[in-house]
Amino acid sequence: MRSLKRAGAEGVVLLLATVIFLVPFSFMVLTAVKDDVQSADLDFAWPTNWPIVQNLVEVIEARDYILLRAFVNSIILTVASVTLIVIAGAMAAFVLQRRPGRVGAVANFLVLTGLIVPPAVVPTIWLLQAIGLFKTLPGLVLVEVAFGLAYAMLLFRAFIAAIPRELDQAAMMDGCGGLSLFFRVIFPLLRPVTITVVLTSSVRVFNDFVNPLYFLPGDDNATVQVTLYNFQSQYSTQWNLLFMDIVLITIPPLLAFVFFNRKIVAGMTAGSIKG
Amino acid sequence: MTKQAGPRTGPGPARTRRRSRPLTRNRSPYPYWLYLPAGAVFLLIFLVPTGLAFYFSLTRWTLFDSTFVGLENFRDFLAEQNLRVGFQNTLVYAVLTSGLKVVLGLGLGVLLTGRLRLRGFLRAVVFFPVLVSTVAVGITFSALLRPDTGLVNRALAVVGISGPDWLGDATTALLSVGLVDVWAGVGLATVIYIAGILSIPQDYYQAVAVDGGTAWHRFRHVTLPLSWPATYSVIILSLIGGLRSFEFVWTMTRGGPGFSSDVIASIIYKQYQAGFFGLSTAGNVLLFLIVTALVLPLNHFLGRRQVT
Repeated sequence: MRSLKRAGAEGVVLLLATVIFLVPFSFMVLTAVKDDVQSADLDFAWPTNWPIVQNLVEVIEARDYILLRAFVNSIILTVASVTLIVIAGAMAAFVLQRRPGRVGAVANFLVLTGLIVPPAVVPTIWLLQAIGLFKTLPGLVLVEVAFGLAYAMLLFRAFIAAIPRELDQAAMMDGCGGLSLFFRVIFPLLRPVTITVVLTSSVRVFNDFVNPLYFLPGDDNATVQVTLYNFQSQYSTQWNLLFMDIVLITIPPLLAFVFFNRKIVAGMTAGSIKG
Repeated sequence: MTKQAGPRTGPGPARTRRRSRPLTRNRSPYPYWLYLPAGAVFLLIFLVPTGLAFYFSLTRWTLFDSTFVGLENFRDFLAEQNLRVGFQNTLVYAVLTSGLKVVLGLGLGVLLTGRLRLRGFLRAVVFFPVLVSTVAVGITFSALLRPDTGLVNRALAVVGISGPDWLGDATTALLSVGLVDVWAGVGLATVIYIAGILSIPQDYYQAVAVDGGTAWHRFRHVTLPLSWPATYSVIILSLIGGLRSFEFVWTMTRGGPGFSSDVIASIIYKQYQAGFFGLSTAGNVLLFLIVTALVLPLNHFLGRRQVT
């Protein structure tokens, strides 16, 4: 009797979760593979035609291959920002964890500030313009790094706290100084948390919409999210193409999720709880 | 350490004893310049603009020159109805979304750490929306929430309810956007709760079992109090996110209909687009003040409860 009740409850939960979480995704995929007439219904009906390749080609060719350029931009942006976040963040978190004191207290306060304070948009634009980086990819990279550092440092610091100091001392006996101690001894040990930071930051930067909207306007260097946003008004009658675009730009985070699911979740939770 | 007398024993022995004061200053294994790359970017792109914002919010500003106007921008913000509504909406939105994320995240967390079959599948399903971009989620739900043809209202019609125009009605627009935000963000809250619940030692549950406690007892007296650190993280994270929220509002309603679903962040963008840079920056300063005024005391209060 109890097991029957349990199976029933399980069924209900499963059904609810499936409906609430999977229906929107199946809707995206279904609409993406319909022809433009049927996709305009925006319903859940099974596709009558399957113009998958045609939709794909049309989306890619739209507006002179803007989607391909956007993909290149997004990938450059993501790789550059995440590399800088990982290296600069891990270095700073290392000193922060190892060397308490007045400087450490200030740094701690700044990390907290970076997590809480909403960035001041227009002054940042003004500043980027003053140093000639507004509307450039390097400028946006710096913005993503500045906004992403605090969270990365939080994760790194929690992880570094678990690395015994004796190791530092042993390395120093062998003649390692600050930089070589960090890069040759500590950084390799940070691998698990580095994977977490790389994945969470890549997803965040790749999916970012607000910062490219503000700091990198214009079609020439649009990122994938901004392209999607622009397609929204352009393709108001061609829902199949709009959703094909959505499916395409969801693939990279999806791949990250499929391959590193367990690692993302494990590393992220360790950091969030220890905070 | 005490064998050698004081720090002035010459350079020879001191090289191995890093604690001696005069030497740590130059030769600490943790040199402060490791802060330099992170610090430089953070200072230039984050701290300096934040500081400048306080000045520019007091000016009428065209990016090329600025005229000092005192508190006029702030007065506009507080006096104009369509700007003021943003405050109220921001607070409602942040409290609603973080409240729901706590309740649903805890519920799902308890469920997904239980003996459910298909647990792994459900965890993946719940977490997946976290990885989809907000623009994609926004576009998808604006299609699903359409008044007549949208899937949500068609489903409601089957059970005899005629659903409202979720995003087009001034009374439901903000609420609908908030619910989509919860849909997309509850996965993260759930994951945090799962980790929190899994770190509770099994002994406590055994103790309840020995005393013959029910499932409710287990939840009320063990899971709920001992997953407090997770609750703390979820509240703070989702409150900060909710107060700054822009993307869902912008992709689904653009603040409309009228100004009924505008939040501070969308007003900042609208004023920026319209070229009112001083006014936009004043909005930024106000957002900064609101976030600080809410999150710092809450952080303090919740943190204190965590210790006791």
